[in-house]
Amino acid sequence: MSTDPASPLIRIRGLSKGYRRGDQVIPVLLDLDMDVAAGEFVALMGPSGSGKSTLLNLIAGIDKPSSGTIEIGGVDIAELSEGELADWRAANVGFVFQFYNLLPVLSAQDNVELPLLLTGLSSRQRAERARLVLGLVGLADRADHYPNELSGGQQQRVAIARALVSDPLLIVADEPTGDLDRVTGEEILGLLEQLVVEMGKTIVMVTHDPKAAARARRLVHLEKGVLVDEVGA
Amino acid sequence: MKGLPLAYILRNLWVRRVTTLLTALGMALVVYVFATVLMMSEGIRATLVATGQADNVIILRKGAGAEINSAVGRDQAGTIETLPGIASDALGRTMVSREPVVLINLPKRGSGKPSNVTVRGTSAVGGELRPQVRIGEGRMFRPGTSEIVAGSAVAAGFQGVGLGQTLRFAGRDWLVVGVLDAGRSGFDSEIWGDGEQMLQAFRRNAYSTVVLRLADAEGFEHIRKALEEDPRLSLEAKPERVFYAEQSEALATFIRLLGTALAVIFSIGAVVGAMITMFAAVAARTAEIGTLRALGFRRGAVLLAFLGESLLLAALGGVLGLAGASAMQAVDISTTNFQTFAELAFRFVLTPSIALQSMAFALAMGVVGGFIPAWRAARLEIAECLRAA
Ligand SMILES: Nc1ncnc2c1ncn2[C@@H]1O[C@H](COP(=O)(O)OP(=O)(O)OP(=O)(O)O)[C@@H](O)[C@H]1O
Ligand SMILES: [Mg+2]
Repeated sequence: MSTDPASPLIRIRGLSKGYRRGDQVIPVLLDLDMDVAAGEFVALMGPSGSGKSTLLNLIAGIDKPSSGTIEIGGVDIAELSEGELADWRAANVGFVFQFYNLLPVLSAQDNVELPLLLTGLSSRQRAERARLVLGLVGLADRADHYPNELSGGQQQRVAIARALVSDPLLIVADEPTGDLDRVTGEEILGLLEQLVVEMGKTIVMVTHDPKAAARARRLVHLEKGVLVDEVGA
Repeated sequence: MKGLPLAYILRNLWVRRVTTLLTALGMALVVYVFATVLMMSEGIRATLVATGQADNVIILRKGAGAEINSAVGRDQAGTIETLPGIASDALGRTMVSREPVVLINLPKRGSGKPSNVTVRGTSAVGGELRPQVRIGEGRMFRPGTSEIVAGSAVAAGFQGVGLGQTLRFAGRDWLVVGVLDAGRSGFDSEIWGDGEQMLQAFRRNAYSTVVLRLADAEGFEHIRKALEEDPRLSLEAKPERVFYAEQSEALATFIRLLGTALAVIFSIGAVVGAMITMFAAVAARTAEIGTLRALGFRRGAVLLAFLGESLLLAALGGVLGLAGASAMQAVDISTTNFQTFAELAFRFVLTPSIALQSMAFALAMGVVGGFIPAWRAARLEIAECLRAA
């Protein structure tokens, strides 16, 4: 991914997405344009069903648009084949989910190593990197714990470590604090903020929580499939 | 394509270990049936093959197939004895044994159900022709008397054939003076007595077969030709090994086919069980599948992970089933060989080939049961999976 500061990291043009149900198409995103610069922390807000997750999935390359272009680092990911897209995600996107989505049968360490299985790293290099990143999220001493032995906040930290471990430029987070209490949520947001500030990551985060949104540098509102206003934070 | 680690597959089986074990046990049962049937078939074959000796030739009436259907007259037997190429024993005797073979009906121990037992009239030379047969208990019958010896399986499996007991058949009382240890050959399922005494008692004037030892292995062709070229004789010669292999073929094949058919029918149940287990696993882990795919694992990696689980389940079932089947090797059983109409005792024999076939059968069940669920898992769309969370 190129990081030319002049052009945005994410450049979305004329993006539409509809879901087919029977013979009618339900439009969710309508001719949407959006730019995100590298190193931005963007919060995506809007009422339930407005298409936030849909937009995030399109940016993350796990769904295909009905029309329009999604250029990320100069690559139109809408044009990639399924296999190319899988490799692209592995190299460029980190995922953080509302319910953490850790693999319950793997330890924290192994969960974090998972994305590295798709790289050419040796098992020793993988283990080292995962340990390092677990340290970064403050869980060096929990590497051998399984998800069910960790609190929600700790699980989300492991998930963030997993999103971080292959060093992607873009991290997408769908309601990362949605399942956490306020204090723990604050900690997670602080951690995400740190990734942007200290590591130069770009984060697009969907959230319902205005307080969470306030932590982001930029707020994007989605209403019935269109971006209604943008507030610089 | 980069795949998911084996540890992931193993741990998924381990976390639902009760389901895993139950599913594997279903498959184990089928493998057990499959393996024991093959072992049975192999055991029958091994027993009858052990019955034949490499240099022995058996001569029967043309087309007789089994000994009890055969008849060799006294003069024919005399002609055979004059053929060249027959070995002599240490005492200078021509190694030929004229043997009447008849079936008698005896009650089995335990059930009391009657079954056919082969009675063979033989001689001292007849004993020499079968070096695998030794006296286990007591002594050999004396020529010219109404003494008999019983094969170990007969002595153990039938009433009234114990050492020192008197058995009544063919209008005479026969004293059991010995028990044979025939080295798990077919002779363990026979009763032996003096050939001439048997002829008299059964009021026969022809033997059933003539068994001889070749001086050297090439001699067989001469004997075969000599018999063939004399149409008055109407006899045929077979290497003893070949003869006994033929005796076992129909029964061994029948058991193998019946057993395999049975195992295949049972396997439908086990395959459906595996399929249900794997579909449940896919349903329970839909969000996980979406996560893996989002992280960059391909559809193929998901397919292989689930197929791998099913294959490991099957492998576990295969190993358990084989373990059960291998315990059967300690069991002696007997059945009626419908080619000879006589009871034949044998053991289950587990060979590497049977173990391999059983494992292959297990893995085939794993593939059939696991493929559709794994395919389904691989076909899921990422966004759909994640919405299921
Ligand atoms: N696979 C699908 N098939 C049909 N409709 C879908 C599908 N996925 C999403 N939708 C519809 O698209 C619309 C937007 O869904 P989306 O999940 O993006 O909303 P959201 O803004 O994330 O909502 P929430 O805040 O509740 O998570 C909804 O009306 C939803 O019902
Ligand atoms: Mg959503």
